[in-house]
Amino acid sequence: MQKVFARPQSMLETTSHFCPGCHHGTVHRLLCEAIDHYGIRENTVGVPGVGCGVFLYDYIDIDVCEAPHGRAPAVATGMKRVAPENFIFTYQGDGDLGAIGFSEVVHTANRGENITVIFVNNSVYGMTGGQMAPTTLLGQRTTTSPRGRDLRNDGYPLRMTEMLAALEGVVFAARVSLHTAAHVKKARKAVMKAFHTQLEGTGFSFIEFISACPTNWNLSSQESVNRIEKEIIPYYKTGIFKEKDGGG
Amino acid sequence: MLQGCVALAEGAIAAGCRYYFGYPITPQNDIPEYLSGRLPQVGGVFIQAESEIASINMLLGASAAGARAMTSSSGPGISLMQEGLSYMAGSELPGLVVNITRIGPGLGGIASSQGDYWQATRGGGHGDYRLIVLAPNSVQEMYDLTIKAFYLSDKYRNPAMILADAILGQMKEPVRLKKPPVEIPHKPWALTGASGRKAQIIKSLYLGDGEMEEHNWHLYEKYEQLQRRDTLVEIDVDDNADILLISFGSCSRMVQSAVGMARSRGLKVGFVRPITLFPFPHDTIRELSREVGRVLTVEMNTGQMWDDVRLSLHPGCRASLLARPGGGIPSPAQILSKMEKLLKAGDKVAEGIC
Repeated sequence: MQKVFARPQSMLETTSHFCPGCHHGTVHRLLCEAIDHYGIRENTVGVPGVGCGVFLYDYIDIDVCEAPHGRAPAVATGMKRVAPENFIFTYQGDGDLGAIGFSEVVHTANRGENITVIFVNNSVYGMTGGQMAPTTLLGQRTTTSPRGRDLRNDGYPLRMTEMLAALEGVVFAARVSLHTAAHVKKARKAVMKAFHTQLEGTGFSFIEFISACPTNWNLSSQESVNRIEKEIIPYYKTGIFKEKDGGG
Repeated sequence: MLQGCVALAEGAIAAGCRYYFGYPITPQNDIPEYLSGRLPQVGGVFIQAESEIASINMLLGASAAGARAMTSSSGPGISLMQEGLSYMAGSELPGLVVNITRIGPGLGGIASSQGDYWQATRGGGHGDYRLIVLAPNSVQEMYDLTIKAFYLSDKYRNPAMILADAILGQMKEPVRLKKPPVEIPHKPWALTGASGRKAQIIKSLYLGDGEMEEHNWHLYEKYEQLQRRDTLVEIDVDDNADILLISFGSCSRMVQSAVGMARSRGLKVGFVRPITLFPFPHDTIRELSREVGRVLTVEMNTGQMWDDVRLSLHPGCRASLLARPGGGIPSPAQILSKMEKLLKAGDKVAEGIC
């Protein structure tokens, strides 16, 4: 009998602490698949920011360095400059990357730093209990926007991938979703391309994952998937926004 | 003859530092300007970061990868680095941060000041940690103590700071460039990829029961060891001295001149200069203050090191402070006149700022 589905080698065998319906585990799996595919587990270092994603080291069997909130791209820059032969990726949430770490990710991208940024956008601050994030949709209720995000008070939801794609230093930029098998398939392809970009040494690669946070959305897993399809994808369009020649 | 900032930069290169990350701010720009040209000559990397916040985190990353690396800045920029310094101390990462101070608070001014003593020695960031703080008072020490700072930082896996000012950064003096063999210790904890070993983590987050307390006691033990083994202090005390002068950094040069003038007038005086501000030479000062009985601290702030001096004093020793907090430099004549006034008044002068 042919084995068609197995745990990637670089993925640790453990119980997940993530909430039911959360997509962090899917992102981890896609990263592990790419790490195994390119055979780079032994020279990969992950740099998670602050948020639910910090527990990367509990799930992926690689060297990991915690970064202060928002600063992962700067930490990754220091690491990559010391060891350009290593594969370095950051793993950041929407508050980490889009708010407090906005400057670091923009300037790291603009320098064309040869690293990969994994951006998990679930439109709330998950770990701190569901506060409004820069990516929270208009009208979305959170613990700090109890009447829904108000344009006049809070401004617009931030589209990071489109902004970063406009920078010369960015070689590959894509937004993917994880709410259906077809989307996961596309996401897998994007991860492979982003990894390939760094391995080729051509510059900065970026993937935004639209993800669910059922706990803080106050929805069931299925309702969360429906919300991604109906409310989130229309605003945060998926696709490859930048793919320079030589970038995968 | 070398300028202080250049001597410091050469000291870093002699120590094997090949990575510099920094953001422009006066009066320390001579360091990045020099290293932007010099580092590529020795196979190093210079990055002008987008902010001091990015600089300190690039340093964190380079250090986690096992390299000797540094950043430099001045007061306001050092304030922005406090988050990163706290993370580095918590994650037990070495690295050098140079503060060529401004006068604060706020935008303040660019003249010489020692107003960042508290920030440097009290752990300006959050949590229970210390920095290793070295305070040179000559261009030679800008070179030597930079090498020493890298050594101590690696030895204790804790960030180190050189605390100097524009006088030391700008002045030129003869320097002997003793090039010691670079001894960068093996760093088995560095993140180089999990090849031939288990995956490693560098972190400062401990959520398990009692983990954080255990971690903080572990850090505390390192700081205790530093205190016991690596406190540096210069001592120059006459037999039967009637007054002990305590000063650090550029200010101590004025005090040394004043001590020379006092001796030529037949006064019996003593001089103590903390070279490490953390660890502070508490024991030395306690013992000398017991013998001498009167202490005059001279510094260019409102009396920040005076806090540490008073923590060290032998009970009954009279303590006075000569302070210049606004960019003014206490002249040797001013210091001498203060010394004479205190000695003349004997026990009649109360303790305090004079």
